[in-house]
Amino acid sequence: MSATPDDREFRAYVNAREDRDILRFITCGSVDDGKSTLIGRLLYESRLVFQDQLAKVEADSKRHGTQGDDLDLALLVDGLQAEREQGITIDVAYRMFSTGRRSFIVADTPGHEQYTRNMATGASTADLAVVLIDARKGVLPQTCRHTTILSLLGVRHVIAAINKMDLVDWSRDVYDGIAGAYGDFAKRLDVTGVTCIPVSALTGDNVTGPSAAMDWYDGPTLLQGLESAEVAAGRESAPFRMPVQWVNRPSADFRGFAGTVASGLVSTGDPVMLFPSQKISTVKRIVGPDGDLDHVRAGQAVTLTFADEVDVSRGDIIASAADPPSLSDQFACHIVWMHENPLLPERPYLLQIGTRLLGAQITAIKYKLNVTTLEHAAARTLGLNDIACCNIGLDRRIAFDPYRELRETGGFILIDRYTNETVGAGMIDFGLWRGSNLTPHQLAIDKPARAAQKSQKACVLWFTGLSGAGKSATANAVERRLHAMGRHSYTLDGDNLRHGLTRDLGFTAADRVENVRRIAEVAKLFVDAGLIVLVSVISPFRDERTMAREMMDEGEFVEIFVDCPIEVCEQRDPKGLYRKARAGQIKNFTGVDSAYEPPENPDIVLKTAEHSVDEIADKVIDHLRSTADHGAVGHGQV
Amino acid sequence: MAKHHGPGHLDQLEAESIYIMREVVAAFSKPVMLYSIGKDSSVLVRLAQKAFHPAPPPFPLLHVDTTWKFPEMYEFRERTARETGMELIVHINQEGVARGINPFTHGSALHTDVMKTQALKQALDKHGFDAALAGARRDEEMSRAKERVFSLRSQSHRWDPKNQRPELWRLYNTRIRQGESMRVFPLSNWTELDVWNYIDRENIPVVPLYFAAPRPVVPRSGTLIMVADERMKLEPGEEPEMKKVRFRTLGCYPLSGAIESDAGSVPAIIREMLTATHSERQGRVIDHDGEGSMERKKQEGYF
Ligand SMILES: Nc1nc2c(ncn2[C@@H]2O[C@H](COP(=O)(O)OP(=O)(O)O)[C@@H](O)[C@H]2O)c(=O)[nH]1
Repeated sequence: MSATPDDREFRAYVNAREDRDILRFITCGSVDDGKSTLIGRLLYESRLVFQDQLAKVEADSKRHGTQGDDLDLALLVDGLQAEREQGITIDVAYRMFSTGRRSFIVADTPGHEQYTRNMATGASTADLAVVLIDARKGVLPQTCRHTTILSLLGVRHVIAAINKMDLVDWSRDVYDGIAGAYGDFAKRLDVTGVTCIPVSALTGDNVTGPSAAMDWYDGPTLLQGLESAEVAAGRESAPFRMPVQWVNRPSADFRGFAGTVASGLVSTGDPVMLFPSQKISTVKRIVGPDGDLDHVRAGQAVTLTFADEVDVSRGDIIASAADPPSLSDQFACHIVWMHENPLLPERPYLLQIGTRLLGAQITAIKYKLNVTTLEHAAARTLGLNDIACCNIGLDRRIAFDPYRELRETGGFILIDRYTNETVGAGMIDFGLWRGSNLTPHQLAIDKPARAAQKSQKACVLWFTGLSGAGKSATANAVERRLHAMGRHSYTLDGDNLRHGLTRDLGFTAADRVENVRRIAEVAKLFVDAGLIVLVSVISPFRDERTMAREMMDEGEFVEIFVDCPIEVCEQRDPKGLYRKARAGQIKNFTGVDSAYEPPENPDIVLKTAEHSVDEIADKVIDHLRSTADHGAVGHGQV
Repeated sequence: MAKHHGPGHLDQLEAESIYIMREVVAAFSKPVMLYSIGKDSSVLVRLAQKAFHPAPPPFPLLHVDTTWKFPEMYEFRERTARETGMELIVHINQEGVARGINPFTHGSALHTDVMKTQALKQALDKHGFDAALAGARRDEEMSRAKERVFSLRSQSHRWDPKNQRPELWRLYNTRIRQGESMRVFPLSNWTELDVWNYIDRENIPVVPLYFAAPRPVVPRSGTLIMVADERMKLEPGEEPEMKKVRFRTLGCYPLSGAIESDAGSVPAIIREMLTATHSERQGRVIDHDGEGSMERKKQEGYF
C-alpha cells in the first residue's frame, strides 16, 4: 500500500465505478429454499464480508448454524437477535453489494406467513426478482404465489434460480422439467422476461462462476444474469411527471418547486401542465444539486421554477403538457392488505400517492384473488395478506397514471386514520369516469339561507354509546326542548332506520361502517336543509364518527358520548338484547362480542347512570347555548 | 477534479437521500439533523445543502456531546458550523457530568447509555424535535439491514421492532401522534465505500483523524486506543507508542480503535478499503458488549 497511489489508475477506477447503475432486486422463496445461503454467497464472493464478520459467523455457525462445523453463509444475512433465536427472519432486509459492472440492493424477504406483506414491500422497489425453486420440490403453490405478487407489483423481470442442484445429481432432466413448468405459469401473468438458471447456493455452482458439474448448461450464471438485465429503459422514455415535494421560497425573488422526477425528461423552456389545476406554464430554471441544468431526467432530484406566477403546492404534479396524466377520484385498483385489522369497505382511510395525502374509501370489493390458482372469490372484507380487486373513491380528484405504466403516479398506501399505521398498499388499474363526469349542480337556495329562514344554525347532535345507554331517550328529551323553543329539528334513530334506509345491513363490522355512512349522508342532507339533526346510533368505531364529523362543515358536528357502564346497560336491557347476546342468539353485539371505541374528545359527555334524563337534556341545551359562535340555540332566545 | 455527471450510482444514492430529506422537511414541524462530526455527518450536511439550495438547510444541527471526543473533532465541529452557517446545538447530559460518568470507571455500556442515549432523549425532548435525521447505514451492522428509512419512536423514544411500518415505493408514512417522533436515515442504502467515494468526488472536508499520521497509542483488546488528552487512564505497564494510524470510525476516543495505516488521503483510504479485510465496526468497542448488543441499544433509543 502506498500513501500516494497511482493517480491515473485510481481515477480510472473511480470513473468506471461512477458509470455503473444500481439494480434493485428481490429474492423470493419458501423457508429453506436457500435464499439466505444464496445472498450470503453473493456477499461473500463479491468480497463484502470482512474477516471480523466471518469470525463472528464462524462462531455463530457452531452455535446456531445448520452446516455442522462448516461456515453457514446464511448467518451472514440473518438479522435481528430474537429472530435468529427462533431460526427465522421475519421482515424485509436490504443488503448492498457491487461488482465491476453494477451496484446491487437486495431486498430479502422471509418465507413464512407474513410473506405477502413483506414480499409486496420488497417488490415495490425491485426492478427484478430472483425466485428460488428447490430442485427436489419443483414449482410449488408458493412459487406461483410469489410470481403472482411480483406480477401485480410490476416486477417484469424474473430469474428463476433452480437451487440445490447438487441434491438431484445435477440432473438436466430435472432442470428442464422445472424450467418448463415455471415458464408455463409465468406466461399466464404479466411477467415477460423469465430466465431459468440451475444453481447450488451451497457449493456456489452457477452463482458467481460457471459449473463444471453442469456442463450441459451454457446460459449465464446468476451473477451474469443480474449484471446484464436491462431494466431501466421504460422510465426515461415515459412522459414527464414530477410530484411536488416541497416549495422552496428562501426570498421574495425565488419560488421553486422541489421534487424528484418520476419519469421522462424536461428541459428549460418546455411547456408543462400543472395538476390538479390543469394550468399551463413554462419551465424557467432547473436548479440541480450542483447548480442550474438545461434538462433533467427520471430519478434526479431538482427544483423547478416557472415563467408564470403559479399556484402549486406539495402533492401537485408537474407533467408534460403534450402527454398529461388523467384526472379522477374513482379508481379500479388492486389492494394488498397488510394489517391484522380487516379492511372494511366505506371506512375512511388516508391514502398517500406520490407526495399527496387525501381521504379515501373502498367503495366495493369486486373480488379477492387467490394468488396461487388465480381464481376469483367474493369477499365483504379483507384480512391480513389478502389481495383483492377493488373500487376506491377519493375525496378529491388527482392526476394519475395506471400503475403498470408508472409506479410513482399509480402506487399508493393506505393509512389508518387513528393509529397512523400503514395498513395496505394499492396499485391503480384505471380511472372510473363516473366521478369526473358528474358536475355538481348549483342549488339556488343554500344552507345558510335555509337556516336563516328558521332563525337557527343547522347542526348535528350525534349521540353515540352502547345499546341501552340512553341515546334515544336523551335525544327525545332534547328534541322536545328544542321544539318548545321554536327550533326546527329532526331525529334519525339507528334502530328505526333499520326498517328502511339500512334494511339490507347486518351487524358485522363492515355493515356497521356502511350503516353509519348512510346515516351520516342523510344527516348531512338534513343539515343542508337547515335543520338541527339529532342522530342516535351506536356508531361504535372512531373512524366512522370522524368521517361523519368531516362530512359536515366546521362546528356543525357535536359528538355526544352517552356514557353508561355496560353493567348498567345490561341491567336495563330494555329490548332484551343483552340477554340474547349472552345466550349466543345474537352475534356481533356491541360490548359483548363486538368492540365499542369510546370517543377520545367528545364535545359532551352524558353520564346517564348518574343523572336524570331532564338534567342530561339540560346539559345538552346548555352546551349549545354556551358555544357562542355556534348559535344553534342562541343566547336569550328561550 | 473531474466531476462525472451521468446517472451513475452515486448520483442515484444522492437523489434518494435528497428525496428523503425533503420529505422530512415537508412533513414534520420541527426536524433536526444529528451531527456526530464523523464522515457520515459530513456527507449528510453536504446533501442537506444540495437538497434545499438555494435556501439554507431548514433545520439545525444537534451534537450530543459525551465530552470524550477527540480534540480534533471539537475543532472540526466549530469549523463546520462556521462554514455552513447552520445553527449548531450542543447538548451535554449535565447529570452524567455531575455523576462523573466516564468510559474508564463505568465501562463503555454505561457511559454510552448515560452520555449518549439518555443525552439524546433529553435533547430531543428539550427542543421538541419531532424528526431527527441521522447518518446510520444498513451496511454497518447485520441488524441494521432491516431498519426502516423512517423509524418510528414511541413517546419514550423506544424502538419497537414489531411496530415498524412497511415502506413501499418511495411512500414514507410520516404520520405520528403527539409525543412520538421519527428517526430518519437518508444514507440507509449507502455503503462505507460509497461514502468515501462521495467524499472524494465532492471534495467534502472530514476530520483529519481519518487520515494516517503518527499518533500516541496503546494496544487494548485487539485494537489501538489513542492517548488523545491527559484524561486517558493508562493501565499499569502501558506505555504510549507513536504509530502511524488512522480511524475508520470516530466516537469517544477511549472507545474508538485506530488501525495502522499509511493512507494519508481520500484516494489512499479508498485504495486501502478495496483490499481491507476488516469491517468498519471492528474498531467500535461498544459492538462487542455481547451478542445482539447493537439491537438492544437500538431498542433503548441509541442509534
Ligand atoms: N444441498 C444444498 N443445500 C442447500 C442449498 N442451498 C441452501 N441449502 C440448505 O438449505 C437450508 C436452508 O437454507 P437457507 O438459506 O437458510 O434458506 P432460506 O430459508 O430460504 O433463507 C440450509 O440448511 C442450507 O444450507 C444448495 O444449493 N444445496
